[in-house]
Amino acid sequence: MNKLYVWGLASLLTIIGLGLFAYKAYFLAFPIRPDTSVRVWNVEAHISFEAKEEPAKVSIIVPMSTARFAITGESFISSGYGILVSTEDRNRRAIWSIRKATGKQNLYYQATVRTVRIAVLTPEEEPPKPSEPAFQGLSLEAATSLLQEVRAKSADTVSMVSELIKWLNEEPPRPPVKVLLGDQPKTEKKVEMAVRLLAQAGIVARSVHGIRLHEEKFDFSKNIPLIHWLEVYHNKKWLSFNPMSGRPSVPGDWLGWWRGKQNPVALEGGDKLRVRVAISPRLEEGIIAAQETGSVSKPLLLKFSLFSLPVSTQAVYRVLLMIPVGAFLLAIFRNIIGIKTFGTFMPVLIGLSFRETGLGTGIILFSIVVAMGLTIRFWLERLKLLLVPRLTAILTVVVLLMVALSVFTHSLGMHRGLSVALFPMVILTMTIERMSIVWEERGPGEALTSGLGSLLTAIAAFLVMNIKIVEHLIFVFPELLLVLLASTLILGRYSGYRLMDLHRFRAVAKG
Amino acid sequence: MLVTPNRLRTRGILGINRRNAQYIFRYNPRRLYPLVDDKLRTKELAIRHGIAVPDLYGVIEMEGQVKGMPQLLKAYSDFVIKPAHGSGGAGILVVSGRLNGKFREHGGEIIAMDEIGYHVFNILAGLYSLGGQTDKAIIEYCVQFDPIFESISYRGVPDIRIIVFLGVPVMSMVRLPTHNSNGKANLHQGAIGAGIDMATGKTLAAVWRNQIIEEHPDTGTKIAGVKIPNWQQLLEIAARCYEITGLGYLGVDIVLDAEKGPLVLELNVRPGLNIQIANASGLLSRLEVVEEEHGNLDDLKTRVSFAREHFASEKSSV
Repeated sequence: MNKLYVWGLASLLTIIGLGLFAYKAYFLAFPIRPDTSVRVWNVEAHISFEAKEEPAKVSIIVPMSTARFAITGESFISSGYGILVSTEDRNRRAIWSIRKATGKQNLYYQATVRTVRIAVLTPEEEPPKPSEPAFQGLSLEAATSLLQEVRAKSADTVSMVSELIKWLNEEPPRPPVKVLLGDQPKTEKKVEMAVRLLAQAGIVARSVHGIRLHEEKFDFSKNIPLIHWLEVYHNKKWLSFNPMSGRPSVPGDWLGWWRGKQNPVALEGGDKLRVRVAISPRLEEGIIAAQETGSVSKPLLLKFSLFSLPVSTQAVYRVLLMIPVGAFLLAIFRNIIGIKTFGTFMPVLIGLSFRETGLGTGIILFSIVVAMGLTIRFWLERLKLLLVPRLTAILTVVVLLMVALSVFTHSLGMHRGLSVALFPMVILTMTIERMSIVWEERGPGEALTSGLGSLLTAIAAFLVMNIKIVEHLIFVFPELLLVLLASTLILGRYSGYRLMDLHRFRAVAKG
Repeated sequence: MLVTPNRLRTRGILGINRRNAQYIFRYNPRRLYPLVDDKLRTKELAIRHGIAVPDLYGVIEMEGQVKGMPQLLKAYSDFVIKPAHGSGGAGILVVSGRLNGKFREHGGEIIAMDEIGYHVFNILAGLYSLGGQTDKAIIEYCVQFDPIFESISYRGVPDIRIIVFLGVPVMSMVRLPTHNSNGKANLHQGAIGAGIDMATGKTLAAVWRNQIIEEHPDTGTKIAGVKIPNWQQLLEIAARCYEITGLGYLGVDIVLDAEKGPLVLELNVRPGLNIQIANASGLLSRLEVVEEEHGNLDDLKTRVSFAREHFASEKSSV
């Protein structure tokens, strides 16, 4: 029963830990490896025009975050212009205005676009009304017959839209299509026609205009070509349709810029309006990308993550979170292997300080400080001091030793020695005291064995706590500590032999 | 160098983890620990139930009392000072005589009164106590050990450790001080452990520093085959310690005094596992027998005879 309880609790902790880990790693795109980088896109729109010495007003539609993309780090660069951003009918419009402008004007819109796996929450929309189809005469007849054919070959809205797109793309075009689209229509025209035809059939649809975030396609000097596709309102959702294939999906690199048949840019009080859109890919550290994306999609988990803390506090936790890892290793060393150490967690703290000093220097410093401390402790023994004053005296000596070592190594030009200050002095003091007691009570052999065991454990703890990916994983996914906790619970129930038992009782086993 | 876990299991060896998880945690309720962790309480408890213990000469509880020690010790030429919360034999000072106003330590060293005072200060400050809390120093009768072990021990007081599980003595050994252990009777300090045949009370082969030996390294006398007197009485005392404490898994340390007979020195809730090496036999198999049978063993005599009957050494010298 008890055993079942422990295993149940451990599995629960493991499930929670791994579940959170998987969620953050997959949906929030937190990087699993420390050197992960993520491709993000810098998008820039450059608007230029000649002002006519009168009030000028430029409005441009800018992209907005969707289920597939998060728009972050937006900036509107202009001199002397007031800027207003408003959202209307799934389009965001930025309006620059100025009381008076003369000569050539340059305005820039810049943003970083990231791919996301979880949808950005957008405010609930009113179900849109179908627009007026406004077909007349011959085109009305053509539209009606086309829709009849399409409807006959489809089962539902989605298949009907697909079928319609197929018809519009057919080569050579059938007579009703030819009537509606004319000769060699562009994709944009086909999309707009599809919207009108669908409106005739009572289906809400609209055109989407955007750009392709493609690495081969980018060139800052050139204006990048626009792409167009179809969105259909179905089951309270907007479905994207590829205008070429008719499939209800569009490639992942199609970024929608504006929706509906409207002019994305408008100018008042000027002429020679030019708009250039440029994109450039950029690599970004995985964790920063995840946070930036999160700042748009605002998942609850990110709000309560370590990244919400000040950077200096984060640095502290980066170290602190490694302590359980070291302690777990220590538990294995003590309960499964059976290595003797001084103090329960002393080796972990020593191992932690090795991170500051470096391993080689750390071992040398530890050995020197403990050896000298022990010598002085034995000498202090003759003075017959009371326990607490004696510990204080040893602590003072330990600190003095460190000062001396730091000054000495610094004068030799070894800067590593300076970090000795981060050595856990109190821990060292207690180690020295306990070691000297064991030395006297149980002999030097036992004292040195335990001392060596502590040092070995400290080195092992250091090596594990210093693995970059371990540190990264625990810091980015602290919930993994729940899995570690579960493992500790299981370890705590281990009642089998220790490795040292196998050595210790060998004489009995042979008999 | 190593043996397989399977081999240890077939020999019925109890490992540390299993001892802690399945015996100490399960059969020794935490609330009863103070009874044995504080040796003063153990002593009071034993006296109350008529179990013989070394006489208490005095207790030092505060630094201020150290000044009064010469007065307290005036009447005695030999005594033992130990921490009430000590463990593993740490901090025990045995004084075996006086010499020109100074004291002779058991190891032969001469120490002055102020050195004894310093030792007591260390005890009071908690140097030897579990967890380092402040402690009391107990001054008590120094056992005049029975000559039975004279030829196989070097100075010091040999003591008999009996493991009692649910009131049934399951395994025992005698711990013999050596030159190496400086007169101390703890195995990790270099004392010899010699297993005892539960049926007869005769010593078996001995273990010293994890090796099996035949003769005492200092005296050269054969260790096996020494018959411990009043073995039945010793087993009964050990079994009674379960009744008075309620601790299911217990190590009882008994010394044989030349005049006063068996005296209980201390009780241990975490008795060590080296006893298995001294007996060349595993504890686990014996504990499992008791776990199965203890429902039928209500009375003390039954339990002791159960032990003598079931836990006889297979190698006992007939």
